[in-house]
Amino acid sequence: MDLLNAIVALTNYVMIPAIAYGSQLALGALGVTLIYGVLRFSNFAHGDSMAFGTMVTILVTWWMQSMGINLGPLPTALLALPFGILATMGLLLFTDRVVYKFYREQKAKPVIFVMVSLGVMFMMNGLVRFIIGPGDQRFSDGERFIISARDFKAMTGLREGLAFKTSQSITVITAVVVVIALFWFLNRTRTGKSMRAYSDNEDLALLSGINPERVVMYTWMIVAGLATIAGVLYGLDKSFKPFTYFQLLLPIFASAIVGGLGNPLGAIAGGFIIAFSEVSITYAWKKVLGYMMPENLQPDSLVQLLSTDYKFAVSFGILLIVLLFKPTGLFKGQSV
Amino acid sequence: MNATVKHSLMFAFVGLLIILDGTTSYGIFSGTWNSALGILNMGLVSAIMALGVNLQWGFAGLFNIGIMGFTALGGLAVVLVTSAPTPGAWSEGGIGIIMALVLGAMTVVAAVMITKKMPPGKQRMLILGAVLIGGFFAYRAIFDPAVSGLEAINPALLGSLGGLGLPVLLAWPAGGLLAAGAAWLIGKTALGLRSDYLAIATLGIAEIIIAVMKNEDWLSRGVKNVVGLPRPMRKEIVLQEDPGFLETAASLGLDPVLASTLYVKITYSLLFTAVLLALLWMSQMGLKSPWGRMMRAIRDNEVAAEAMGKDVTRRHLQIFVLGSAICGIAGAMMTTLDGQLTPGTYNPLRFTFLIWVMVVVGGSGNNFGAVLGGILIWFFWIKVEPMGAGLMNFVTSGLADDSALKSHLLDSTAHMRLFTMGLILLLVLRFSPRGLIPEK
Repeated sequence: MDLLNAIVALTNYVMIPAIAYGSQLALGALGVTLIYGVLRFSNFAHGDSMAFGTMVTILVTWWMQSMGINLGPLPTALLALPFGILATMGLLLFTDRVVYKFYREQKAKPVIFVMVSLGVMFMMNGLVRFIIGPGDQRFSDGERFIISARDFKAMTGLREGLAFKTSQSITVITAVVVVIALFWFLNRTRTGKSMRAYSDNEDLALLSGINPERVVMYTWMIVAGLATIAGVLYGLDKSFKPFTYFQLLLPIFASAIVGGLGNPLGAIAGGFIIAFSEVSITYAWKKVLGYMMPENLQPDSLVQLLSTDYKFAVSFGILLIVLLFKPTGLFKGQSV
Repeated sequence: MNATVKHSLMFAFVGLLIILDGTTSYGIFSGTWNSALGILNMGLVSAIMALGVNLQWGFAGLFNIGIMGFTALGGLAVVLVTSAPTPGAWSEGGIGIIMALVLGAMTVVAAVMITKKMPPGKQRMLILGAVLIGGFFAYRAIFDPAVSGLEAINPALLGSLGGLGLPVLLAWPAGGLLAAGAAWLIGKTALGLRSDYLAIATLGIAEIIIAVMKNEDWLSRGVKNVVGLPRPMRKEIVLQEDPGFLETAASLGLDPVLASTLYVKITYSLLFTAVLLALLWMSQMGLKSPWGRMMRAIRDNEVAAEAMGKDVTRRHLQIFVLGSAICGIAGAMMTTLDGQLTPGTYNPLRFTFLIWVMVVVGGSGNNFGAVLGGILIWFFWIKVEPMGAGLMNFVTSGLADDSALKSHLLDSTAHMRLFTMGLILLLVLRFSPRGLIPEK
């Protein structure tokens, strides 16, 4: 029995990674859910919008690194982030103007919008691969750890190390700041209120003189910001690869639906639910249980419920359960 | 010009493209029959997949983006049906695995029964949790030793369950059955919800099927791949030693190596065409029948159809299973054509979204359109690369040879495929949403 080591191991291998991953998913899911709330379709190009924003950020980061600009212990990518957001805003507004607007005016069915977003996804994916290539890119620099496992062991004298990466703390802090800013915007500003009104009841909103095109424009701009931030944080934490970002679509959709599509609060909760289940179901619990159980009861196997390759299966399983029992999601989304 | 003539001309144009690819080596054309027939064969397989998707989308308006999963299941069926049985597989773990899977299925069934039969409340939750957790650990306890026993058999070459050693043509319907079974399970849960949910559910299930095939080595050797699957016809090497075949080749004035490869490819083309025509005929009959009219009625107005006493969810399930089965058959045919199962190569962009481009471009709701789109888009999918390379050479001709931009642009032409396909999809959806051969 060694409870302290067990807690440290649990924090190191489950809590911290899951909180960081959950924040990234939550930001991604917020983007999906906002598009769903205002434009009323599931945007399949979201993963690739994230990839595009991250790619621009990486390119600017490289340029800054070559010019010798940096943030000291923090990654240079944070300085490059605004450029990535601006470029993604431009791209999303451009696609809205040339692609989606036409269907909006036609009042096309949601499924047509989804198909159109598939086409957009294809093109963005091709664009990203064309510019930066399909391979893995690492662009994090600065201090790698706030606390490294070795320092922690030396500091506390425990057998288990606790590593806290800079990227993880940046992820959490940024996510908190962004979420607070977003909720302030949605609840306090005129534009934010008009967005919520439009999302709640389109006809009433139009009656009260809200300009739908303006609402749509702001939505795309916010979504571009959220997508780029989520993508850059994910890339800093892990690494950037266009195909991985496409695959993130599934956990992101799962988060948004679990929380209730169209509900921003639900998207955040959903992101953390998915991340915690993914990490805890694919984590090998042998170490933690080894510390917690008495000597003779310690497990021989890895006590891993599912191998890490099945992490998609976890988000999918949760998605399925929610769809079966509570199709509107935990936080009462709009969809039926 | 009436519609029939116009549409026949379109098919003739696709045929002409294939013939040109076989005969001239000008521009994008390769000039070898081997490559032309290769495109034709995969084009035919793609056409069958497009037919399946058209059944779901064109007839019933179901948005399935998990085609990759059903295709892969078809490929898995080929391994399970045709490859030689692994000696000792059943005694070393095969039986244990089957028992574990049965136990797992029973746990799920028990959980469903409990949810249905018992009144909601704390007691139900507790029993449900106990059954699920107990079932899971019992399953792992039987499953894990059985798997390690099985995978220990000659891991470099075998290490999997192997197959039944049956003729390969049987594997095609088996692929359809396997895909149909999976589709039934998904359809049972996800149909009847909003259209986007089915899309997301199918997208997820496809990823999971691929993950299972990549990781469960006992099933299909995972990423170690299964190679050397049997073929429905004699191999090239066997043909090249057959005096009768050599004589025929010589009388046609063909090199024996070329003649044998052409023989294999043409046999495949004929087999695939036969399957395609059979399925096309069936879909066409289905479309014209009262059943087809009912499907379109449901697609166009679900509420009205339901008011007329049609069981919408049931019909959706039915057509979802049928369409997925067709994709499974096509997947089995593709694996047979490749002669190997490589789970690592399944990619949703190529196996799901490309098929969608085919259906939309061809004309959703029209079976001939799906077939035309299948072959035409496959031809362009192959040829976008040489086209892109030509374009890039032209664009970069002004740049210095050693410029980094030029080499980057030339290296990236491979990625123009996705971009071009997305562009084609968007253009067709915008300017000709009914496709090349519109629904009547």
